[in-house]
Amino acid sequence: MNLLSLLLRTRGRKRLHWTDVLSYLYLLVGFFTLFGPVLWLLMSSFKTEAAMGLYPPTFLPYSQKTVEVAGHAQALPLFLVNQDGQSPRPLAQVSRMGIMATMVDPVHPEVTLQVPIQQRTPITELAFAWGNYADLFHKFTFGRYLWNSVFITVVATLLTLLFNSMTAFALSKYQFKGRKAVFLLIISTLMIPPTIILVPVFLVINGVGLLNSLWGVILPAVATPTGVFLLRQYMLTIPDELLEAARMDHASEWRIYWRIVLPLSAPALAVLAIFSVMWRWNDFLLPLIVLSRSEFFTLQLALNAFQGELNTQWHYLLAMTVITLLPVTLVFAFLQRHITTGIASAGVK
Amino acid sequence: MRLFTFVFNLLEPLFRWAQQHLGRDRLAWLFVGPNLVVFSVFTFLPIIINFFYASTGGVNLMPMERPFTGLENFQILLECRDYLDLSTCRKDVFWRALFNTLKFTLLQVGLMVLFSLVTALVLNRNIAGRGFWRGVFFYPVLLSPVVVALIWKWMLQSQGVFNAGLAAFDLSAVEWLTDASWAFFWTVFVSIWAHMGFYTLILLAGLQAIPKDLYEAAQMDRANPWRTLTCITLPMLMPNLIVVLVLAAIRAVQIFDEVFVLTGGGPGTATTFIVQFIYQTGFAEQIHLYGLAAAASLALAAFLVVLTLAQLRLTRASEAGEKASR
Repeated sequence: MNLLSLLLRTRGRKRLHWTDVLSYLYLLVGFFTLFGPVLWLLMSSFKTEAAMGLYPPTFLPYSQKTVEVAGHAQALPLFLVNQDGQSPRPLAQVSRMGIMATMVDPVHPEVTLQVPIQQRTPITELAFAWGNYADLFHKFTFGRYLWNSVFITVVATLLTLLFNSMTAFALSKYQFKGRKAVFLLIISTLMIPPTIILVPVFLVINGVGLLNSLWGVILPAVATPTGVFLLRQYMLTIPDELLEAARMDHASEWRIYWRIVLPLSAPALAVLAIFSVMWRWNDFLLPLIVLSRSEFFTLQLALNAFQGELNTQWHYLLAMTVITLLPVTLVFAFLQRHITTGIASAGVK
Repeated sequence: MRLFTFVFNLLEPLFRWAQQHLGRDRLAWLFVGPNLVVFSVFTFLPIIINFFYASTGGVNLMPMERPFTGLENFQILLECRDYLDLSTCRKDVFWRALFNTLKFTLLQVGLMVLFSLVTALVLNRNIAGRGFWRGVFFYPVLLSPVVVALIWKWMLQSQGVFNAGLAAFDLSAVEWLTDASWAFFWTVFVSIWAHMGFYTLILLAGLQAIPKDLYEAAQMDRANPWRTLTCITLPMLMPNLIVVLVLAAIRAVQIFDEVFVLTGGGPGTATTFIVQFIYQTGFAEQIHLYGLAAAASLALAAFLVVLTLAQLRLTRASEAGEKASR
């Protein structure tokens, strides 16, 4: 009751207005539609291959209990058998033919008996199949995809920060000829989404010999108009007197850039870094056309290739999906405030 | 940190030399240089090449080996024997993709604005745990399109949770992703699910910028909540609403990744959109028709130019309206 009143408490007003009730109802529905699917994915990823096939599906990863029976090499699935006139008892299934199953009592493995399949229900237990995750690393070249994704994300983000901050520094702190033109040119590329220059970008990447190379995904994306804009706006607020003072002390322009302006722009750099990590980690269309050999696949491409296979191995696919969404989820959990203020102030995604 | 210091120190002599020999003004070009080179090579150059590709034919990637064909690519894209019957068109997939994109954009943008507006209005109220709720609505924005598609594909598959839910009520299973109308519905739904939080955030920022005294004045006049909404909140929010409307439209026209993984454009061409047509013509099919793909992307560009112009007009109109009402 206390918790409920705490949740339903409204600032300022004493009584709960009907619009408040409606608001909380909306939020609750929103919670289930927006968070529910992700939780469902997470729980499903802990199911064994056999449990995936159980219908109807359960939220928690229940799987059928198995039992070791003397005389049988493999563990047998356990069923609760409910025959007329007898109390229900657990039996292990040896084999099944049509509507009849050959079953054995685990306690007395000598006797087998025939049971109609309607009279048996599987005995399930809660079991987290961590194996789905472990298998990814030694059964597939998953480590390779993970490495490719991490490499692209880290290198591209570092280069993005370096290139964009250099440009922003020149645009905000120097009065050179053509400054306005350069700024307008860069901002105008905001208007040109990558989807409409897909074919020629492919040609250019092919022309410079970066097809099927991780650099072919890194380089085209390191110059971002959003990044330049964000950093320039921030650097404009750094007082020029600081730079003048450093010049008095014979600091070179490069030293001023990286010893004074860069550290002072740390908040803006952090926002851009978060965005860049997100963009590169989630990128799909550019890698899709540049990286066609599977040893260069990123996680996103590997997921796409996996789900397109004829016999989708959902238990591995879902575990892989969870690993793919883990980094952005962690970033979100710890840096939510930076992301939301970044979006609200710059209107970028 | 050591490594960074090392790298930055390594670059110092180059810039020092440039500073001494070129002067500070020309040094600026060294700072903007790397960015401009990347932009020129991977953005500006491709824009020019795109026009060249659109006007040449053949299946060769190299520009020298492509014969000039003028407007033939556009002719192939647009020619129909009977414009009332799409199946008589030379590239009926293109026309279907065009209509699908139009239908998708109108539906998705309308619903997107509606839902993000309602969510922003609710989140702007005095509710407990506002940060938490905002996070809930924003979280899917950060997920990659592939992950989003797989989350939903897993639930919508024939043995998935949705059909199990139907079975619990003794209803027969539905082929959510292989029935044309349902597949289209889910592309709209999933794309709204994934991006709504972003637009909610923009609207929320707008709502919080509305001066509080306006609402106090309305309360003095005993205005009911509905009148407060239509006479204060919505007019004051108009600039943000226009931004949301246009951004959502620009994104919707370019829809690709989520749908590509979720339905693959199917069943048939029910969920094939323009970008997927470009990707398939240029890259996925056996014969790579780069010219045709480039021509289609110019059609997409035209779409986007129209949307951008519409934004300018709307913004100007709303500014003029604001001035007139003062």
